[in-house]
Amino acid sequence: MHSDPNGACAQWTLKGLARGARDALPIVPPTLVFAMALGTVAAQKGVTVFELALMSGLVFGGAAQLASMEAWNPPLTLSLIVTLAMITAVVNMRLLLMTASFRPWLGGLPAWQSYPTLLLTTDASWLIAEKYRAEGGSDASILLGSGLLLWFVWVPATAAGHVIGAMIAEPQRFGLDQVMSIFFVAMLVPLWRGMRRAIPWAVAGAVALIVQKLVPGYWYMITGALAGSIAGGFIDESK
Amino acid sequence: MNPNEWFSGPAIAAILGMTAMTYLMRAGGFWLMGHVPITPRVRRMLDALPGSVVVAIVLPAVVKSGLSAYAGIVGVIAMMIATGNQFLAIGFGVGTVILVRYLGL
Repeated sequence: MHSDPNGACAQWTLKGLARGARDALPIVPPTLVFAMALGTVAAQKGVTVFELALMSGLVFGGAAQLASMEAWNPPLTLSLIVTLAMITAVVNMRLLLMTASFRPWLGGLPAWQSYPTLLLTTDASWLIAEKYRAEGGSDASILLGSGLLLWFVWVPATAAGHVIGAMIAEPQRFGLDQVMSIFFVAMLVPLWRGMRRAIPWAVAGAVALIVQKLVPGYWYMITGALAGSIAGGFIDESK
Repeated sequence: MNPNEWFSGPAIAAILGMTAMTYLMRAGGFWLMGHVPITPRVRRMLDALPGSVVVAIVLPAVVKSGLSAYAGIVGVIAMMIATGNQFLAIGFGVGTVILVRYLGL
């Protein structure tokens, strides 16, 4: 179970830490843009800059944070707080698959080393680590180095985006209320793999629209996303 | 801003809830893999998830917002297909929204 296809056991080195950070450098500009978009949206929603920085530091997930902003409409009642946690869970469910792929690599490390490192996993650092692994590397510091660099970019940049967003007096006029949707759609286009693979998306959209009509609140996001995911699980077998 | 307004209790509760769920996902896949096999179907379900999340969040929001939102979505998709550049596409999409609103459509 824990045998590593690359042979060597995972280890930690300063060199690996530096390489991970360097490999993450090309991701910095898009991360800045994402952070700015999130910051401006959060400012409109009445999230304070301190709350946003805390959220960015702890959740450290752009898509989940941006999605949560769609539902973040004060007053934050208990049911809304639960909804926000559920939305985050659904959006971040993809991390299950990413960190599962780390098992053969990091499974041999003591838990106190592997689990804290996993908490810094993002889409970008996963990709960097997978690429490094495909090249035969086994240094766990790559994951930590890329995750740390992106964390130190993400947290202040979201706060900066908030400060700028809060200065804009008429957010609607500048289309800022649509930034969330437009940003997400820009992420969706590269995921296009033909009509057949888009069937789950259609299911997700249809279920979300129906649930939005029938159920108050933001459950439509969770039910729509899960319905699309379940459809995806069955689609390839109906061929 | 006075220090009492830096954080609100409900916001902290929401952030902690979101944090707990994120950590569950980050640690969960790694943990599960050591205990149960991830079947091809589960893998396909997780593969279909990111696109489904986006559509389930964006489509109802756009339908609720009306014409300028539709225009922004068409703009960002067209520019993504034409250039493949996310910055350009997002800028163009937001620009489309601003233009449609400016024209009072």
